[in-house]
Amino acid sequence: MRLSWLTQLAQVLLVLAAAPALTGLTRKIRARLLRRRGPPLLQPYRDLLKLIRKEVVVAENSSWLFRVAPYLIFASTWVAAALTPTFATGLALGAAADLIVIVALLGSARFMLALAGLDVGTSFGGIGSSREMMFATLAEPAMLMAVFTLSLFAGSTELSSISAFMLGPQVGLNLSLALALVALVIVAIAENARIPVDNPATHLELTMVHEAMILEYSGRHLAVIEAAASLKLLLYLSLIACVFIPWGTASAGAGVLACLIGLLAWAVKLLLLALLLSLFETAIAKMRVFRVPDFLGMALMLGLLGTILLFVARAPR
Amino acid sequence: MSLSELAAGCVGSLLLLSAVAIPIARSRAGSRLVYGACLLVSATLATSALAALLGPGAPLPAVRLALGLPFEPTLLGFDALSAAFAAIINVATMVVSAYAIGYGAHAREPQRVVPFYPAFIAGMNLVLLARDAFSFLVGWEFMSLASWALVVSDHTSAENRRAALVYIVMATGGALTLLFAFGVLAGGAGGYAFEAIRRATHSPAVGALVLFLALVGAGSKAGLVPLHAWLPLAHPAAPSHVSALMSGVMTKVAVYGFVRLVFDLAGAPAWWWSIPVLLVAAVTTLLGVLYALMEHDLKRLLAYHTVENIGIIFIGLGLAIAFEAGGLALAAALALTASIFHVFNHSLFKSLLFLGSGAVLHATGERNMEHLGGLIRRMPVTALAFLAGCIAISALPPFNGFASEWLTFQAILLSPQLPQWVPRLIVPAVGATLACSAALAATCFVKAFGITFLGRPRSGAASAAHETDRWSRGSMLLLALLCLGAGVVPGFVMDALAPVTQLLLGTRLAAQSSQPWLRVVPIDTARSAYDGALVLGMIVVAGLATALIVRRFASHALRRSAPWDCGFPDASPTTQYTAESFAQPIRRVFGSAAFRAREHLTLPPPGDTAPARLEVELHDTLWETLYLPVIRAVMTLAERVNQLQFLTIRRYLTLVFAALVLLLVIVGGFR
Repeated sequence: MRLSWLTQLAQVLLVLAAAPALTGLTRKIRARLLRRRGPPLLQPYRDLLKLIRKEVVVAENSSWLFRVAPYLIFASTWVAAALTPTFATGLALGAAADLIVIVALLGSARFMLALAGLDVGTSFGGIGSSREMMFATLAEPAMLMAVFTLSLFAGSTELSSISAFMLGPQVGLNLSLALALVALVIVAIAENARIPVDNPATHLELTMVHEAMILEYSGRHLAVIEAAASLKLLLYLSLIACVFIPWGTASAGAGVLACLIGLLAWAVKLLLLALLLSLFETAIAKMRVFRVPDFLGMALMLGLLGTILLFVARAPR
Repeated sequence: MSLSELAAGCVGSLLLLSAVAIPIARSRAGSRLVYGACLLVSATLATSALAALLGPGAPLPAVRLALGLPFEPTLLGFDALSAAFAAIINVATMVVSAYAIGYGAHAREPQRVVPFYPAFIAGMNLVLLARDAFSFLVGWEFMSLASWALVVSDHTSAENRRAALVYIVMATGGALTLLFAFGVLAGGAGGYAFEAIRRATHSPAVGALVLFLALVGAGSKAGLVPLHAWLPLAHPAAPSHVSALMSGVMTKVAVYGFVRLVFDLAGAPAWWWSIPVLLVAAVTTLLGVLYALMEHDLKRLLAYHTVENIGIIFIGLGLAIAFEAGGLALAAALALTASIFHVFNHSLFKSLLFLGSGAVLHATGERNMEHLGGLIRRMPVTALAFLAGCIAISALPPFNGFASEWLTFQAILLSPQLPQWVPRLIVPAVGATLACSAALAATCFVKAFGITFLGRPRSGAASAAHETDRWSRGSMLLLALLCLGAGVVPGFVMDALAPVTQLLLGTRLAAQSSQPWLRVVPIDTARSAYDGALVLGMIVVAGLATALIVRRFASHALRRSAPWDCGFPDASPTTQYTAESFAQPIRRVFGSAAFRAREHLTLPPPGDTAPARLEVELHDTLWETLYLPVIRAVMTLAERVNQLQFLTIRRYLTLVFAALVLLLVIVGGFR
């Protein structure tokens, strides 16, 4: 009991501490793949500190929502990330929210972000919000379909149970699981505003989505939103790692040594996934905005196909 | 006095109030008095319904009234199902009446609204209290006609008159279908009391016919596609507090009618019953939200969302039928609980949103979102409450819309256990539709809130808006709190609905109040659990901690300046994103299939200074393929028949003679 609380506390702080490093890591790998030297790994931390110390410039006609939204976005994302197992399952607060709730918490964060984009009443904010929500109308159901596939397999929507089940002997190579993985990866790319859907490193382009919504933010508000974006990337990669590469994760009630091994395994998995993500990003070109629905629609169809196969093929527990 | 007697007395006093209202409605004090009395009566009704629901299990004895048909007494009383629905609708009615105390004072012609308002509430409560088919139908018609009068209260606009015409035609058709359904159920024996219908055994064909008639009759009132056409016309036409009642409350009475007929009276369901219900519900959900996204009139947008939410409710009902027929009683109880929970939630947040739109309408005189904007600064309380409603209806945690959708998803995840493969094939697609419509609803409410309340005012009326009165603000905030409360402690609502599933399905979910930490566990903890209170607590703690830490370490300097907008700030508010442009990507992605949307771009030749024009063409496919042919046929027939009015006396005599001969031939033929 006490251990599960300790794990939970460690997880809450760990995701917060590790998120900017992961962002730095992907930037570094990408730069190296492009034969650039790239910023140092710790650059995101420095950026955040610098932003926090800067003066905040707020548009004259912005409302209270503009100043509250960053904290709500950050809080929802942080809670969701803290409930996604990283190095150990069996989190003390894990029973409060299953995978569907985690998806919905990210939905709440997106809702507030889109509203914040509309608050100042500029055309860039509107374009970002509108496109972000359009992506979400396909990405969210695709994600839920992947969640359905996983939960039908494991007979549970709880991440800890799913992870434990995936370690068990009943799971072999399976078409539905593969489809769910592909759907989840596509959603992860889209939701984290990565190439080919969006470009996290661009400004002043009509194609930008996420950056357009936060264009009016500065100083500490921007720092909080950037941190939330890093947390979201960490969450998605941890989620994929927790479900599809479950080996090494400390199980519920395991000792300190298992937790340390889990920590190491998690770091390796994140490194691997960040490498794959960066490889993919450098190998592919940015899509036109109206090609993105096809890309996400594919994820939705794959997820649905995986679920239907499970529904028809057998009666899981 | 028993609870049923008290409730029947309340309905009677509402009718009396309706009569009293006629002379006093003109004065402001008079209308306030009537709304205040409605508030008190619906509070009494809500309390008695709750007491009946949570009290001892056996259904309360019915009140026998010597009214109505000569061979059948009128029976009124609560059982668990009607008590649950009565509690839900009277809570919403109570708050809406409180709002009306303030809002009703702004009405231009209160005498056209106030007298019908108590009659409308009385009709809805009569439907719920009825224990025989006759009083059910009387209540149903009362509800329809009173609400028709309210829709047509602003009769000067041609649009409202057309809405009222479409409404009365559809309502009459729906009531006829229900009359037929009860007639089939009563059969030759003619027992119209629900008790007698329940005792009789019905053949499968009768059950199937009743399912179909209930889908049409109750479904048209609730707004199931394709019978929804009247709803987005009629609901917005009424004054806003009445719109709230029609959309938030009256559609729930229709859902009650469906549940009563199909789950209670029609006998044991066959497995295939779930298929039409699920299909219609899924189509309703998706089309409702897509229509709403294309709509820029705030109240019509909300009305289309009612269509969507009715679809979500019927998805739960369809699942419950499938599970019940498949012998999975516990799963059926979960699906039914999710569905009725969503009924409760929708009554709260849809009333809230309509009240908010009423406040906006009163403050600016505008329903068109393209002329609004920036109201969050002029109307902060309305904006806050409306935001809560938007989050709740978008099914986002920790508000109540999410809790009921989460339960529906849990029910969907149980459906691989169904014995037949047809529903197993359909249910995942229904689940995907539900997920898709939840995301689309979030998009739609980003649009509704963002364009109306955020940004810069797009018209003079919007920049001169003012906050509404105290009663309105209070009732909107109360509804917002109820939305949050039902989302944070959904276990209490689920426990309160347990007697309903006990009555209809013979089983109940495990008591949620015994779970630790206010957690909700539909089946068992290892399978799935949700803790709204804990999620809210974590968000609050995380948000506050972040804010405090950032404030502690961050620079406190804050400067107000012109918007940055990538270096191209434009002083004109017309350059903002509009509702139309916000919905454009959705129209591109979904519109060509759903609305045959087409864009026509007219570019002037180079050198010409004429503006370029972009025209968008949208088709309401359902209206054009289903309704217009019928309307045209009726009109053509009417034209033809009309010619009979202009004949000479000789021709009339010939016609009379011919009719006489024809009748004699028929009579002779039967001899």
